[in-house]
Amino acid sequence: MNIRVQIAPFDPGAELNAVHAGDLSVGAVVSFTGYVRDINQDAAIQELFLEHYPGMTEKALAKIRNEAMQRWPLIGVQILHRVGALSLAEPIVFVATSSMHREAAFAACEFIMDYLKTRAPFWKKEQTTSGAHWVEGRDSDQQAAARWDTSEKDTL
Amino acid sequence: MLNVQFLARYREQLNCESEQLAWSDKWQTINDVRQFLIARGEPWTILNDPRIMCARNQDVCSLQEPLKSGDELAFFPMVTGG
Repeated sequence: MNIRVQIAPFDPGAELNAVHAGDLSVGAVVSFTGYVRDINQDAAIQELFLEHYPGMTEKALAKIRNEAMQRWPLIGVQILHRVGALSLAEPIVFVATSSMHREAAFAACEFIMDYLKTRAPFWKKEQTTSGAHWVEGRDSDQQAAARWDTSEKDTL
Repeated sequence: MLNVQFLARYREQLNCESEQLAWSDKWQTINDVRQFLIARGEPWTILNDPRIMCARNQDVCSLQEPLKSGDELAFFPMVTGG
């Protein structure tokens, strides 16, 4: 049940191994890692800066984790998000869920990412070859999160 | 007293990270405070953003959320983490 917001880089492989942590009740671990890519909306990205709302960030992530725990029979949840300046190809976010069976772990990992992208107070600012600009929120992310508001909840 | 935070693009455009507002009994919802700020004119009119998000005491909520003196409010653009 670990939540971390940090400036320092992290190793997704090491994080993934830590999620299992020798727990013999774990039958499935699902993880998502988001990376800084080099192109967004046709502009070449040189660096990414992530701002957050320090008082609220961990609280918002804990709320999302708690909601996932209520919806699915999870054994563990790990949410890790970086803030500050990030270089190309560096991991930005890591979410992992563990459960006895794969269905809960798959669904919960996707749910947590969808909610994180629409409810957690992070903002990306891209430094591109044509200047710096704030990334605009996407309607497709809102739609992805809205899927969980209704029937999906009862599928497990 | 109301502590109001502005984040990301709003903070930059308003050149303001946070502000303490003297409490007004006219304020019932977060939207009332938003309208008070917008009435100042440029650059505060950016808070007309139809996709504006807000939080009360560090919980995301709607603009219709009631508020009271001593609360911490935050206005911010759509979040883009992950």
